[in-house]
Amino acid sequence: MSVINIKNLKKIYNDTGVPVNAVNGIDLTINEGEFTAIVGPSGSGKTTFLNMLGGLDKPTVGEIHINGTQVEKLSASKLINFRLNNIGFVFQAYNLIPVLTAKENVEFIMHLQGKPKKEREARTKELLTAVGLEDRMDSRPGKLSGGQQQRVAVARALASRPRFILADEPTANLDSKSTENLLDMMEKMNKEENITFVFSTHDARVVKKARRVITIEDGKIVSDERKN
Amino acid sequence: MINSVSWKNIWRNKLRSIVILVAMTLGLMAGVFYIAFYYGMAEQRINSAIKTESSHIQVHHHGYIENNEIGNFIADAGTMVSKLESVDHVQAVSRRLIVQSMVSSAETGAGVKIMGIDPEKEKQVTNLYTKIIDGAYFEEVSRNPIVIGSKLAEKLKVKVRSKIVLTVQEMGGTLTGGSFRVAGIYKTSNSMYDETTVFVRAEDLANLLKMDVNDAHELAILLDDNEQLDASKEKITGLFPKMDVQSWMDLMPEVAIVKQSMNLTMYITIIIILLAMGFSIVNTMLMSVLERVKELGMLMAIGMNRMKIFAMIVLETVYLSLVGGLLGVILGVLLSKYFGKVGIDLGIWGKGLEAYGYDTIIYPIIHPDYVVITTLLIVATGILSAVYPAYKALKLNPSEALRIDN
Ligand SMILES: Nc1ncnc2c1ncn2[C@@H]1O[C@H](COP(=O)(O)OP(=O)(O)OP(=O)(O)O)[C@@H](O)[C@H]1O
Ligand SMILES: [Mg+2]
Repeated sequence: MSVINIKNLKKIYNDTGVPVNAVNGIDLTINEGEFTAIVGPSGSGKTTFLNMLGGLDKPTVGEIHINGTQVEKLSASKLINFRLNNIGFVFQAYNLIPVLTAKENVEFIMHLQGKPKKEREARTKELLTAVGLEDRMDSRPGKLSGGQQQRVAVARALASRPRFILADEPTANLDSKSTENLLDMMEKMNKEENITFVFSTHDARVVKKARRVITIEDGKIVSDERKN
Repeated sequence: MINSVSWKNIWRNKLRSIVILVAMTLGLMAGVFYIAFYYGMAEQRINSAIKTESSHIQVHHHGYIENNEIGNFIADAGTMVSKLESVDHVQAVSRRLIVQSMVSSAETGAGVKIMGIDPEKEKQVTNLYTKIIDGAYFEEVSRNPIVIGSKLAEKLKVKVRSKIVLTVQEMGGTLTGGSFRVAGIYKTSNSMYDETTVFVRAEDLANLLKMDVNDAHELAILLDDNEQLDASKEKITGLFPKMDVQSWMDLMPEVAIVKQSMNLTMYITIIIILLAMGFSIVNTMLMSVLERVKELGMLMAIGMNRMKIFAMIVLETVYLSLVGGLLGVILGVLLSKYFGKVGIDLGIWGKGLEAYGYDTIIYPIIHPDYVVITTLLIVATGILSAVYPAYKALKLNPSEALRIDN
């Protein structure tokens, strides 16, 4: 079943006077349970593409359907709500609220969704245990390593029960050991819980773990490989 | 949960928050104390003016105010006094014969206003008798006793029991003199008054002026409640339409201004302090928002809606101003209460004030209503200064905010 359906997606930046075709005609379908890496050289348009896919930016041309909803047509306030309930985000950095503990960060998103306290607490515990942080639940992000912070971010992204998780270079700031740990953890979630992941990366070791690798150059898909 | 995030956010940059909190606390503490000090000073001035000088209401014969001729007297004042004493809220009435005169000692002379009073009645209306610093209040000198101010005593170089001569114009217009002996020397907080006002017994002055003891130039009325001032004035005017009836506000416009300016002074002081406070909060909160652009972008991205972002920033600002503001108000109140008990001795600086009738020891007064008003204004300032930084935060676009490098 397809979760993401993209038709003729384009993004032209025009704010310098010289138009930049950052994304230049992408058609793509991503199915439930896929573990997809978006790769490509710097400036190829990965971030621009993922931002549109996540409803953070409007396309210049094209359509994005997520689970049947045409995202780019949503009003600003509906879009925020849509993101809250359908997409889990993991960024390269600044994922967490620094004044809240790991536990509170995970709880926070469910609080935004209006989930009852009991459910929030149970799920937070379950997720932080799943990402291997059961003994660091009461630490603030500043007291956690980069890899641990990214794992909290993944737990937070999962907490809202999204349709898929979108991660723009989640391992860019991590050393190789933490990168491997994070990827193993994501892979496990994908295999055991059938969570759909879409992530961009520059890291060959990350690419190796992906089961589908989409390569973008100059805003266009140049290859789309599936491994098994 | 958002309110706990807001509260914690204040303490992210501890030094910055503490600096602004200290500034706010000191500012408001000083403001509250200044107002309490000013109120104390003003109320002492008003009370002492009423108690030593004017009483609450005075009644004169028509024309006496414009022209202090001794001929403008109230005849049969005794009957009027009895009538006045039965009016509601009138506590006591003193009748006075008054004449402008020259007083001279062996050394020198001066112009003064002589008040001819019934010492016992006067006690009930003004507190002159409590202001005696040397000698006694009319007692101890049996013939022609006079009570004079310390400033005048200095000027005339006289002491208790010294003889002084009063020169007056009697009813017919002829100049006449009488010799009096200083029974007591008084000192009020108004040195001007002390220098120009002397007291003798009404019958002695009536003798000198060749007037009837039952005549009076002035009836001074003490009320049991200053709040009844206007109502009582109206009532008395109704009783004696042919007389001039004036309250202390009419008689001492310079003191009335002090009373009227009390609230204005308070509002101006508080508004200046709160404006300064508001601007520094806006500045602090703007810095705090700009430092957190990426984090705010992240929060919007994951689905925190505008209303909640707005609420978070507004709450941070309100907490900040409440902590600093309330701390300042509380400390200001405590400081004022403390000095309200022990008093603040202005010492040498007070000498200048004394000439204007102000006490040299000030007891600050806290009025609960201005503490409440100040607190409400602090909350309002907090909310108002939150608007701009919060609006700045709302204008962020998550995809752009996340791209910013910092
Ligand atoms: N706001 C903008 N205005 C103009 N041009 C932009 C803007 N944002 C991105 N671009 C341009 O769009 C192109 C695609 O940028 P993008 O950030 O999507 O690439 P990327 O593949 O994510 O690169 P990297 O691997 O370095 O993160 C680049 O040429 C970039 O300079
Ligand atoms: Mg990028």
